[in-house]
Amino acid sequence: MKSLAELQAIKNRMKDKVNLRDGLEGIRVVVGMATCGIAAGARPVLNALVEGVNKEGLEGKVSVTQTGCIGLCQYEPIVEVFEAGKEKVTYVKMTPEKAEEVLHTHLKGGQVVGDYTIGAVSA
Amino acid sequence: MIRSQVLICGGTGCTSSGSQKIQDVFEAKLAKYDLQSEIKLVRTGCFGLCELGPVVIVYPDGTFYSRVTVDDVEEIVSEHLLKGRRVERLVYDDHGKAQADEFGNIALTDTTFYKTQNRVVLRNCGVINPEDIDEYIAMDGYAALGKVLTEMTPEEVIQVVTDSGLRGRGGGGFPTGRKWALCAPNKADQKYVVCNADEGDPGAFMDRSVLEGDPHCIIEAMAICGYACGCSKGYVYVRAEYPIAVQRLTIAIEQAREYGLLGENIFDSGFDFDLEIRLGAGAFVCGEETALMTSIEGNRGEPRPRPPFPAVKGLFGKPTVENNVETFANIPQIILRGAEWFASMGTERSKGTKVFALGGKINHTGLVEIPMGTTLEHIIYEIGGGIPNGKKFKAAQTGGPSGGCIPASLIETEVDYDNLTAIGCMMGSGGLIVMDEDSCMVDMAKFFLEFTVDESCGKCTPCRVGTKRLLELLDKITSGKGTMEDIDRIEDLCNYIKTNSLCGLGQTAPNPVLATLKFFRDEYVAHVQEKKCPAGVCKDLLTFTIDKDKCIGCGLCARNCPVECISQTDYVAPKHRRASYEINPEKCIKCGACMSNCKFKAISKQ
Repeated sequence: MKSLAELQAIKNRMKDKVNLRDGLEGIRVVVGMATCGIAAGARPVLNALVEGVNKEGLEGKVSVTQTGCIGLCQYEPIVEVFEAGKEKVTYVKMTPEKAEEVLHTHLKGGQVVGDYTIGAVSA
Repeated sequence: MIRSQVLICGGTGCTSSGSQKIQDVFEAKLAKYDLQSEIKLVRTGCFGLCELGPVVIVYPDGTFYSRVTVDDVEEIVSEHLLKGRRVERLVYDDHGKAQADEFGNIALTDTTFYKTQNRVVLRNCGVINPEDIDEYIAMDGYAALGKVLTEMTPEEVIQVVTDSGLRGRGGGGFPTGRKWALCAPNKADQKYVVCNADEGDPGAFMDRSVLEGDPHCIIEAMAICGYACGCSKGYVYVRAEYPIAVQRLTIAIEQAREYGLLGENIFDSGFDFDLEIRLGAGAFVCGEETALMTSIEGNRGEPRPRPPFPAVKGLFGKPTVENNVETFANIPQIILRGAEWFASMGTERSKGTKVFALGGKINHTGLVEIPMGTTLEHIIYEIGGGIPNGKKFKAAQTGGPSGGCIPASLIETEVDYDNLTAIGCMMGSGGLIVMDEDSCMVDMAKFFLEFTVDESCGKCTPCRVGTKRLLELLDKITSGKGTMEDIDRIEDLCNYIKTNSLCGLGQTAPNPVLATLKFFRDEYVAHVQEKKCPAGVCKDLLTFTIDKDKCIGCGLCARNCPVECISQTDYVAPKHRRASYEINPEKCIKCGACMSNCKFKAISKQ
């Protein structure tokens, strides 16, 4: 180790590997991963979200977790976005592509993607 | 891409309750469900709640699973990790005291055990993988060493440590900054840093947990100390009974060398520092600094008189700084966060936090770190979860065999160096053994004295012979043969040993006896005058009797008696059909087997 910069480089490289352990902060994205969700393709959606969060450097601001069946099996894969002080947003019939759009427009940009929410689809 | 991490406790407590096996099964099950690329297993150091081990935590949710068995693993993988459903029956609910978040999750940090703790020394224990230097660096590791070597002079480093008010955590409480300042100006061709990891107090295991959970912080702190005091070589003296600690420390030293964080010209500053491990064979006296150095030199571990102090003439006759593991573990944080930050915690003369190993009659056996000045009551009833089975708190022993007991009447004592010394106890290294109403204080004092008699190195007479004679006097009292004069003789002998012994071991050995005499003299008197042990512990003073009217004559006691001293009488109590039993006190060995087997509470001991 010859310089502080080298140390900082290791720290930056490792940051995303340990910051999962900081617990849940900021926006919480929950993917329904019960049997119905998995059968409908929730796993690629979950992975797309996790990868996107890391790629965009949103760790620490957004955490992606999973949950069981919420009872709307015909709308799976379902992704719910919780943000303190705001109303819950429920996205339904998600795909990895849609997930990426939600990531950019909603999680990063702060604009809800109205087309994919449960209100838009069931109406 | 990793979306979730499973942390498995790899401390000694959880390892002995099977956490290695659990990790193996996790690996197999993750492979079975094809989750290896999404879920990462991390084996960490001790979480502190050893009572509830093996402990498994799933992030990012922070779900805290306790007492996990091998059979539970598949359910955690298939339910929680695959389908996102928590395995509720394994989630620690803190007896309903913890507040769950909106998702019904109880995080470890919200439990009563963790909530009021303040983790400085243990900050990385149970959080990082101790065998991966990169994880330590990610948690600001080696940043303090970098700062010291590139921005600070040795004098500045010592000033920061002095200003922080940090005092030695090994027991003595000597100001760390002053210790460093004493060694720094001494000129020699070679100077040494020594880390005392010879944790010998029965019931103390905080140093072990730091070495197991965060070994790099000790390496970093020793290098900082080396820079501040002008030492280029360090030794960690750790007991061979701590195999996991030794193994992780060895790995950590290798990794630090590979990264150039140990060795020559660290951070291009011209500062050289390297470390070696020395294994102790488990002698208690080797925790005493001069005996420890003698042992490192390859000689029999015996203390030597001071002065000369180690700062002038220590290891191999060279100036040496010696600090305890927990003391060192504070150093990197003090450098990074400043002396004011550290001094803001604790009491006027005892700054920072202290780690205690809670043991004995307490619900949450484990490791806790609290600011100095926390009351004993808070430690035992809030963090420790109180006394099991609704028993009453009687006393707490601090400082192991060198310390004393705090009686229930002083439970509101704010725990710091000076308050404990004032009531005749000492902080010690941080073992805290809790005793309930079923503990006999004379027997407790005898237990610790037996330990010091065993561990006395034999170099000086007051300790070698004095402690042995003291033990014999205590034996006389617990066997009912003591006189009131014996109690006075015990006190005299205690004071003699205290003032005349060569090293800390002998000087503190009578403390458990003196403290119990001070607070529980009536128990000693009861043993002598009434020939009774109030707590019902000392066997020679006990008699077991069967209440002939309560006995229904089932004979369970007689069948379980190992010496066949229970026989049936002719007496048949009214309402019972069979004759009652009686115990022959001549043959009874007072094992208590009859009493624990009686389903009708007909047997009592006195």
